[in-house]
Amino acid sequence: MVPDGAYRVGLATVAAVFALLLLAFVTSLVVQARPAFAHFGFGFLTGTKWDPVHGHLGALTFVVGTLETTMIAMVIAVPIGLGTALALAYALPRRLQAPLSMGVELLAAVPSVVYGLWGLLVVAPAVRTVLEPALAKLTGGHEPFGGIQEGIGLLLAGLILSIMVLPTLVAISRDVLIAVPHEQVEGAYALGATRWQVLRRVVVPHARAGLLGATTLATGRALGETIAVTMVIGNTVSFAHSLFAPTATMASVIANEFTEATEPFHLSALVAVAVILLGVAILVNVTARLLVRSVGGRQRVGLGVA
Amino acid sequence: MTDPMIKPELAPGVAAEPELVPPPSPMPVMQLRDVSVAFSGRPAVRNVSFDIPENEVTALIGPSGSGKTTLLRSLNRMHDLVRGAEVSGSILLGDIDVYGGSISPTLLRSRVGMVFQRPNPFPTMSIYDNVTSGLRFNGVRRKALLEEAAESALIAAALWDSVKNRMKAHASTLSGGEQQRLCIARALAVEPRVLLMDEPTSSLDPVATKRIEELLGELKDRVSIVIVTHNMQQAMRVSDTCAFLLMGEDRAGELVEYAATTKLFGEPDDPRTADYVNGRFG
Ligand SMILES: Nc1ncnc2c1ncn2[C@@H]1O[C@H](COP(=O)(O)OP(=O)(O)OP(=O)(O)O)[C@@H](O)[C@H]1O
Ligand SMILES: [Mg+2]
Repeated sequence: MVPDGAYRVGLATVAAVFALLLLAFVTSLVVQARPAFAHFGFGFLTGTKWDPVHGHLGALTFVVGTLETTMIAMVIAVPIGLGTALALAYALPRRLQAPLSMGVELLAAVPSVVYGLWGLLVVAPAVRTVLEPALAKLTGGHEPFGGIQEGIGLLLAGLILSIMVLPTLVAISRDVLIAVPHEQVEGAYALGATRWQVLRRVVVPHARAGLLGATTLATGRALGETIAVTMVIGNTVSFAHSLFAPTATMASVIANEFTEATEPFHLSALVAVAVILLGVAILVNVTARLLVRSVGGRQRVGLGVA
Repeated sequence: MTDPMIKPELAPGVAAEPELVPPPSPMPVMQLRDVSVAFSGRPAVRNVSFDIPENEVTALIGPSGSGKTTLLRSLNRMHDLVRGAEVSGSILLGDIDVYGGSISPTLLRSRVGMVFQRPNPFPTMSIYDNVTSGLRFNGVRRKALLEEAAESALIAAALWDSVKNRMKAHASTLSGGEQQRLCIARALAVEPRVLLMDEPTSSLDPVATKRIEELLGELKDRVSIVIVTHNMQQAMRVSDTCAFLLMGEDRAGELVEYAATTKLFGEPDDPRTADYVNGRFG
């Protein structure tokens, strides 16, 4: 046996090392970003003009682009993911459950660049020729469904992102749903509940903290996803006034411009964008933790989020 | 020889003989005929037949693995939820064939309620929502009706006084015994004809156990009760009728004896029953 004291000292050391690493990491980023923040001030966050050659650098377009793509992805992925997880956990015959679950887990292992290529070569033409015309027709072509139908752009990026986060979302949600105690399910059935009522009134509420955790994880991935988004979003430094228009995200602009950032402040501005992205990611995570805590009540369900 | 079916004419003025035949017992609330249950082809309960009298407490006793739980769960079709479980024979609720297709499992389960071994209130719901959950599953929406049913059920489960001022509190704030009584109230709120209880006190302390045992006697007028118990004293204390199950050669549970509780514990017909109730058994 390791003596109690040594054990505690060991743990404290490990924790301290991690905290120091994190601190060093954030500090170095902030130090690199400082020239940009110092030069542009608050305007860096609110400015929409991004012109490194003439020294106008405002990151708002990218912040909005990241939030928009993430939102589109989650709006598509959450209902589909939850439905799929419920079906995998409670509705499908066991013969189908195992192979489908395995398929979902395999999808989670596909590298993002492959999703990007597939999105560019296969999904983009379909979006241009089928989805965008259909949406435009359905809505009369008003904003945000107007403009040139290019395939590549905000909608495609959101769509690809949703497909990319689905496996994670489904796999974790399914595990969380399966973990709902059998007595709870039986208790509801024994009162005359239908299967739908059991799922809606007992299983999902019981699993909600974990489901929220799964959604947070997926959101985090969508926020930071880089290569696939860079391949399908079009990378123009302009707001997308339509879902069909190209734009850029924080991650995509960093990936795109990093190697050619030679102008003064350009490199520093890109690091500053990274700092903002980090901030957004942390904000989402903290909000989710607070939410999980407030809905989780007295239970401790699910992931390491609680 | 006179035909027994033809009553001899009574001379006028002669009083009729007092009735010697006992009055026909009222119709049982449930009747089991040759009920067998198998899991993936392996029999767990075989050919069990007996009646469950209305407004009485019927106890199912027998050693571990004799199929008490399995038999109990066949009465409200809980085995429908288990893959590979197969129930055969016939079970009647009144004159409805439980497995006959004329009654849906969900409706059946609102007629035949169940209380589990471990208290299982819904932890995400308030006390009030727990009690009314069964009614809401069954489509009751009217607030007045729900409130009335909740109060009546909680009073019946002897829980009203301690929860009436905190109906919005989470069910998990109750003690184990209170949680089990909440589960009883939850089952009663649907107004079932039969209440199935699988070792409802096995996870409770003696005081909480006593409260629930007392409750059973009070509930008899309202609902017919079938209770599984490991505890001989409990079976003796709470039940009117008793069924004793035992594993046969291939470990499938069979009914050894079914009798009034006083008889089954006092002068059982089968020596195996005598061995079991006197504790001379594994
Ligand atoms: N879902 C199931 N799948 C397979 N076999 C089962 C299942 N449920 C019960 N059995 C088997 O049926 C037999 C009877 O079990 P049951 O739980 O009904 O016994 P019991 O009399 O309630 O025992 P205890 O007193 O320990 O609760 C056992 O051999 C058990 O292994
Ligand atoms: Mg049992």
